[in-house]
Amino acid sequence: MTAATAEAEPATPLTPPAAEHKPKRNVLPYLLLAPGVLWLIVFFLVPIITAVSASVQTGSIDEGFTLTWRWANYSDMFSLYNSEIVHSVIYSVTCTVLCLLLGYPLAYFIAFRGGRWKNLLMALVIAPAFTSFLIRTIAWETILADHGPVTRVLMDLRLTNVMAHMGLLTNDHQLLNSPFSVIFGMVYNFLPFTVLPLYTSLEKIDPRLHEAGADLYCSAYRTWRYVTWPLSLPGVIAGTLLTFIPAVGDYVNAYMLGSPNTMVIGQVIENQALRTELGYPIASAMGVVLTAGTLIIVLGYVKKAGTEDLL
Amino acid sequence: MSTFDAVGDLRLQGLTKRFGSFTAVDGLDLTIAQGSFFALLGASGCGKTTTLRMVSGLEAPTAGRIYLGDAEVTDTKPYKRPVNTVFQNYALFPHLDIFENVAFGLRRRGVKDVKKQVEDMLTLVELGHLARRKPAQLSGGQQQRVAVARALINQPQVLLLDEPLGALDLKLRRQMQIELKHIQTEVGLTFVHVTHDQEEAMTMADTIAVMNAGRIEQMGSPEELYENPATTFVANFLGQSNLVAGTVAGRDGDTVTVESHGRRMSLPAARCRAESGAAIIGVRPEKVHLAADGAQIPAGRNVLDGGVVTDASFIGVSTQYLVKMPWGQELAVFEQNSGQEIHRPGSEVSLHWEPGQTFGLDGGQDIDAGAETDEEAAS
Repeated sequence: MTAATAEAEPATPLTPPAAEHKPKRNVLPYLLLAPGVLWLIVFFLVPIITAVSASVQTGSIDEGFTLTWRWANYSDMFSLYNSEIVHSVIYSVTCTVLCLLLGYPLAYFIAFRGGRWKNLLMALVIAPAFTSFLIRTIAWETILADHGPVTRVLMDLRLTNVMAHMGLLTNDHQLLNSPFSVIFGMVYNFLPFTVLPLYTSLEKIDPRLHEAGADLYCSAYRTWRYVTWPLSLPGVIAGTLLTFIPAVGDYVNAYMLGSPNTMVIGQVIENQALRTELGYPIASAMGVVLTAGTLIIVLGYVKKAGTEDLL
Repeated sequence: MSTFDAVGDLRLQGLTKRFGSFTAVDGLDLTIAQGSFFALLGASGCGKTTTLRMVSGLEAPTAGRIYLGDAEVTDTKPYKRPVNTVFQNYALFPHLDIFENVAFGLRRRGVKDVKKQVEDMLTLVELGHLARRKPAQLSGGQQQRVAVARALINQPQVLLLDEPLGALDLKLRRQMQIELKHIQTEVGLTFVHVTHDQEEAMTMADTIAVMNAGRIEQMGSPEELYENPATTFVANFLGQSNLVAGTVAGRDGDTVTVESHGRRMSLPAARCRAESGAAIIGVRPEKVHLAADGAQIPAGRNVLDGGVVTDASFIGVSTQYLVKMPWGQELAVFEQNSGQEIHRPGSEVSLHWEPGQTFGLDGGQDIDAGAETDEEAAS
C-alpha cells in the first residue's frame, strides 16, 4: 500500500508556459445575458416591429394583409374611436387619483400606526389578489346588480339621482353599465398596486422626523405637508404609475361592468383584432398609440415630479 | 446673538410620567435658571429623556406642571412651545439640504427673509460652505452641528439636547463638548442637556442633576457633586469612590469620628451626612496615598492599614492601584507620578489621606449603588 502510493505519481515534466499569453476574453457574462436578450428580442422587439408594421398594412383576414404604408389607418382610428380613447384616459386618470386618495391614508395608517399588525394588514391588502382578477370583477357584477342591496340602498337614499345627474350613471335605477361601475371596479382592482409602493416608502420614514417637525412649529397637518409628503413622493410616483399604466390599457372592468357607452381602447383593440375581418391594422395602430401615449404621459409625469431616479 | 428676551426660569413641579405600571419620572421638582447650562445625568432608563420629552411637549405628563417663566406650558402643543430640541440621532430632514434644514423652523413660522439668519447660524457652527449639501453627505459631527443650528436659529427660550453627542466617537465628542459650551456662552440661552456620560456632564454643565429611578438624587455644581456626594449612587456614578461602612463613634466640635473595621477615622462634620449610628465614609481615589508597610505615616491622617496591592497600572501621569483590604473589600488609589517607587502587586501597604478629604454618607444604603450602571451605560 505504501509502496503503491509512493510510486503512484511519477514527476510529470512541467509544461512550458504558452509563448504568447493572449488576454483571455471572458465570455461567461455574455452567455448569462443571452437567454434574457433572446427573450426580449423574440417577445418584445419582434412584436413591436410587427405591431408597427401591421398598423400601416391593408387587406383582410381572407386575402391576407400587405404592407402598403397606409398611415391613414391612424387618422381613421382617431376619428372612429376618439370617444373610446377619451374614456380610457378619463377612467384611468380618475381611477389613479381615487386609488391615491384611498390608498395614501391606508398606507399611512399601516406604516405608522400598524405596530405589530403591520405585516398582517399589508397581507390583507394583497389578499384579494390571490383570487382571479376575472372572478373578483364578476363578483362586483353581482354586488352592484340592478335589484341588489347596494342599488336599492343608494336608490332609497336618492343618491342614484345625484350620481346620474353627475353623469356617473346612465340612468338612476342602475349602477351597472355605467362609468361609475367601471371606475369602481378599476379602483377596487388596482388599489393594492397603489398601496404597496406607498407603504414601502412611508414605512422607511423615521418617525422621529415627525417629532422633529412638531418641535419645529409644525402641526400634524404641516408635518405631513412639509416632511412626510415630500419623503413619500417616490412611493406616490411609483404607486400612481403602477396603477395608471395597467389601468389605461384595462378593458376587463369596462367589459364586465360597463356598457357599449363605456367602451375603452382595450375593447376596441379586442374587437378589431379578433372579431372584424378588416380590423387588424386598426387594432395595431391603436395598440401602438396606446403604448406610445402611455410612455409619453409617464415620462412627462416623472420628469414633472422630479424623481428621475425612478427610471 | 445675545439679545434673547428675558423670560425666566424653566420650572418643573411634581412632574410625573407613568407608562402602565412603570413610573419613568417620579414627582420631579426642578428649577432651571435662565441662561444656565443644565445637565440631567443618569444611566439609561432613569427617566432623563422622558423628562426632556415632557418639556418639549412630545410626551404628555401623567401629573405635574411645567412653567416657562410665569407661563404654564404643560398642555401646550409641542409646535407652540418656545422650546427646541437637538435630537439624539439628529433627525435631520433627509429631503432638504443643510440650508433648508436650518431654515425649516423660520419658514414654518412664516419668516419671509431667512437668508441672512440662516447664513449667520451656519457660520456660527462653521458649516457655511456646506449649505447646499444633503444631510447624508455630512459626517456625524457636521450633522450634529446642523441639528444644533436648526434648533438654535429659532431662538428658543430653552434648548433641549438629548444625548446629542452619543453617536460620535470619543475624540469628536470632546471637541463638540467644547464647541457646544462655547455656543451656549455666546448665545446665552438655557441649555438642558441629557446624558449618561458623567465626564460630558461635568465638562459642559454649570449645574448637574443626577437622576436615578425617576428621581433626582442630587443637584449642584460639578465640584459640589464630586466633592460632596449626597448618596452612594452619586458617589459611585460621578467618578469613582472608595466607600467603607462604619458607625459614628463620636462628635467633637467640627469633627466627627467614625469607626470602621476597627479603625477610627475623622472627617469634618460639615461633610458628614450621618448624625449617629451606621455611616459610610468615602474618599476619592486620587486623594489617597499609599505607604509601604512599616513606613512612617504623618500624624493626624486617616489610615487604613493591612492592605495588599492586587493590581498596579502605570498610566504615565499616575499609577492606579487596587488594594485588597483585610475585610475583603477592594479600594482604588490613584497616585500621581512624582517619581516615587511603584508598589508592586503583592506588597503590603497602608492607605492614608487628609481627614478633610473624607465625606460621610448615611449608612444603610447600597454601597455599590450606581457603580455598575455607569459601566452598563458606557458600553
